[in-house]
Amino acid sequence: MSEIGALIEAALPGAVVDEIEHRGELTIEIEPGKLREVAAYVKAPPLAFALLSGVTCADFPDEPGRFRVAYHVFSLETAGRLRLRAWAGALDPELPSVASVWATANWHEREVFDMFGVRFTDHPDLTRILMPLDWDGHPLRRDYPLGGEEVIFSDEV
Amino acid sequence: MALIPPSGAPSQRAARTHPDIDHDLREQEIAAFEKSLLTTTVEKAIAWARSSSIWPATFGLACCAIEMMHTATPRYDIARFGAEVFRASPRQADLMIVSGRVSQKMAPVLRRIYDQMMEPKWVISMGACASSGGVFNNYALVQSVDKIVPVDVYVPGCPPRPESLIEGLNVLQKKIGALGQETSTQLMAAADSTDSGAA
Amino acid sequence: MAEPRTGTPPAETERVIAEAEAFTPAEALARVREAEVRDADRPGHREAMTINLGPQHPSTHGVLRLITQLDGEIVREIHPVIGYLHTGIEKQCENKTFWQAITLVTRMDYLSPFFNIHAYTLAVEKLLDLEVPPRAQYLRVIMSELNRISSHLVWLGTSGLELGAITIFFYSYREREKALDLFEMIAGERMNSRYFQVGGCSDDMPPGFETRLRAFLDEMPARIDEYEDLLSKNPIWLERTKGVGVLPAEQLIDLGVTGPALRAAGVDLDLRKRTPYSSYEHFDFQVPLGTSGDAYDRYLLRMREMRESVKIVEQALDGLPEGPHIADDRKVVLPPRSELATSMESLIHHFKLVTEGFAVPEGEAYVSVESPRGELGCYVVSDGGPKPYRCHMRDPSFVNLQALRPMAKGAYLADLIVMIGSLDGVMGGVDR
Repeated sequence: MSEIGALIEAALPGAVVDEIEHRGELTIEIEPGKLREVAAYVKAPPLAFALLSGVTCADFPDEPGRFRVAYHVFSLETAGRLRLRAWAGALDPELPSVASVWATANWHEREVFDMFGVRFTDHPDLTRILMPLDWDGHPLRRDYPLGGEEVIFSDEV
Repeated sequence: MALIPPSGAPSQRAARTHPDIDHDLREQEIAAFEKSLLTTTVEKAIAWARSSSIWPATFGLACCAIEMMHTATPRYDIARFGAEVFRASPRQADLMIVSGRVSQKMAPVLRRIYDQMMEPKWVISMGACASSGGVFNNYALVQSVDKIVPVDVYVPGCPPRPESLIEGLNVLQKKIGALGQETSTQLMAAADSTDSGAA
Repeated sequence: MAEPRTGTPPAETERVIAEAEAFTPAEALARVREAEVRDADRPGHREAMTINLGPQHPSTHGVLRLITQLDGEIVREIHPVIGYLHTGIEKQCENKTFWQAITLVTRMDYLSPFFNIHAYTLAVEKLLDLEVPPRAQYLRVIMSELNRISSHLVWLGTSGLELGAITIFFYSYREREKALDLFEMIAGERMNSRYFQVGGCSDDMPPGFETRLRAFLDEMPARIDEYEDLLSKNPIWLERTKGVGVLPAEQLIDLGVTGPALRAAGVDLDLRKRTPYSSYEHFDFQVPLGTSGDAYDRYLLRMREMRESVKIVEQALDGLPEGPHIADDRKVVLPPRSELATSMESLIHHFKLVTEGFAVPEGEAYVSVESPRGELGCYVVSDGGPKPYRCHMRDPSFVNLQALRPMAKGAYLADLIVMIGSLDGVMGGVDR
C-alpha cells in the first residue's frame, strides 16, 4: 500500500477499499459512506490536497456499483496528484457530497447529477446544470442513445 | 486601370476597336443601364439602401462567432459593406447571423430574439453547425437552425473563413437588391399559399 | 380616483407641490440625499429588481445567462445559468475512435483549440505509454504558446470592447490575424485544427514558416507595448478595473480557480512549471504573479504572459531538435503518405488505423495542461477498445465561473461586466 493509502487507512479504518497504481497515477478506491470524511482528511495537512480539480463519473452498466465517480485532487505544495474513486450504486445511485469540503465540487456534482443521475446528499443546490431543467433522462449514461438525426443524402431524397 | 507600358512599347490597353470586344453586348449593357437610370423606382432605391446598410444583431454562439468578430476587424472589414454596426438589441438589427451551434436549451431563446427583430429581417446561417448540425449529430444540438427560423443564406465551413461570411453577406445583398422588399418571411408565406393552392 | 377633472387639483397634490416649492433645488437635493442615507440602513425597503443578463448579451462572452438581483445599480445576488452551448461532445467522443475524437475535442474551448487536443493526446499517450519525439514536443510548445498569445489577444480585445475601449479590439485582432495565418500555414486551418495527433504532430513546419514566425515574434513585443500605452495608464481603465473582483486566495483555491485569475491573487500555480509536460522544463521563462487579485492585476498579468510566451517560442525555435515530428509506432500513428505507394505493410497499417482505429490498453488517465484560462484537464477511460469509453474535459472556464457569484455580491452592475471579462470564460468550455 502506498504512503497516502496507509495514512488514510490509519486515520479512517475501513475507508480504503482498493489501490491502483497505473502509468504513474495513484488511484484509491474509497468506501462510499466514508467519502466525506476521507475528503476532509485529504484536504487537511499533512496531505494538504487543497485543490479539487474535478469530479467526474463513468458508467459501467455491468458492474454492481455501476457509476464510478472519480475525484481528482492536487496538492499545491508537492504538486502531487491523487485520484479518489467511489462507486455510487446501480439503483438510486447516491454519494455524499463533498461541496462542504471543497466549494468547487458544487458545479461538478451538479454536472454528474445532470449527466448520470447520481445524487449527492447534502448538496446545497442539486439541479440540472447543462441540460434544460425539464429534460428527461441522463444523457451520458451508456443506455441513453446518442440522438441526432439520420443523415439523408440528396440523391436519396 | 491603365497598364504601365514597358519602356518603349506602346500601351497594352485594349483599344476600343479591338476585335475581341463584343460590340452588341456593349450596346445591350449601355441600353440596360440607361433603362435602369430612367426607370429607377422607389422600391429599387429602397432595396439598394437596405442592402447597403444591413445591421447585424450580435448573435455569436461558438467558434463561428470568433470568425464573425474577425470579419469586423481591419483585415476583412465588413464595414466596407455597411454592416459593421453590430447591434446588441434585436429591435435595432435587421440581420441575424446565427454563428455557432444551437443547443436545445438555446433554441427557444433564438426564436424569441428572431421574433423581436423588426421586419424586414434576414437570417444568415453561418457555419456547419447552424446550417445542418455540423460535426455534432447528437441529442444536444438542433440539427440546423432552419428548423426554428427561416434562413436566407447558408454559409458552410467549420468555421467559415471571414471571406466566406462576406461572400454570404454579398449574396444576401444581391437577394435583397434583386427581390426588393421580399424578405424570407414573405417568401415563405408566398410559398405556403402556393403550396396550399397546389394541394 | 374617479374625480371629475375640475380646475382645482386635489388637496394631496397641492400639499406635495407646496412642499416641493418650499425648498431651492439645492436644498431639495440635500433632503433626498439625506433620505437615501437614512433609508440605506433599512435593508430591503427598496424592492430588488430581478433582471436577465443574457444569454444573448454583448458583454457576457458568449451564451451565459446571469439572473441578477439588482438593488438600484448594486448587485445583490447573481444566479448563473449555463448549458446554452451544451454540445454533447463528451458523449459523441464515445462513439468515435481515439483519432476521430480529436476533431470533436478541439471544438470545445474554441479559443484554445490546441490546448484541448494537447490535454487529450497527452492522456491517450499516457495510457498507451507512447513517447513523443523531442521535435514534436517542441513543435507542440511553439503552437501552444502561439495559441496562448492569440487567446489573450481575444480576451484583450473583447474586454476592452465591453468597457467601451473599442480601439484595442481592432489592434489586438490585427495581431491575432497574423497568428491565425501561422496556424493556417502549419495546420491547414485558422482555428479548430487537428494539428496535434496521438504521438506528436501531424505535420512538420512547412518552408517559409520559420521566417514568418520570427517576423511575428520580432514585432510582437512592440505591439504589446502599444496595447499597454493605450490602457495601462489610462485613467478610465484604471478606474474601472482597479479593486474590482477581489477574492482572497484561499477562497479562490477552494473554488478551484486556476490560471491568471488565481495567479493575480499571488498564488504561484502554473502547471508548466509545477508539473512540466512536453519539454517545458527546457525553457527559461517567468510566471508573472499579481498582488491584489483585482481585474487590473489580471490584465497586467495576461500582458506579461504574452511577453513570456514570445520568449518561449523564440527559445523553442532556436533549440528545435532534429528528428521525426511524430512517433514511429505504426500501430498507432499513420504512416507517411509517401510510403503508401511502395510498402504493402504501410498500406495495411493505414487502412486499419483509419477504419478501425488503434486499441488503447485498459485504464484511466488524467492529464492537465496550462491553458490561457487555467488548468485544462482531460480524463480518459479506456476499456481496451479503439474508442474512448469515457472522455471528460475538465475545463477551467466552467470552474472559474463559480467564482463569479462571490465576487459579484455587493458590486456595481458595471463592475460585474468587468469581472466577467477578467475571468476570461469561454462558453464552449463551460458547456462542452
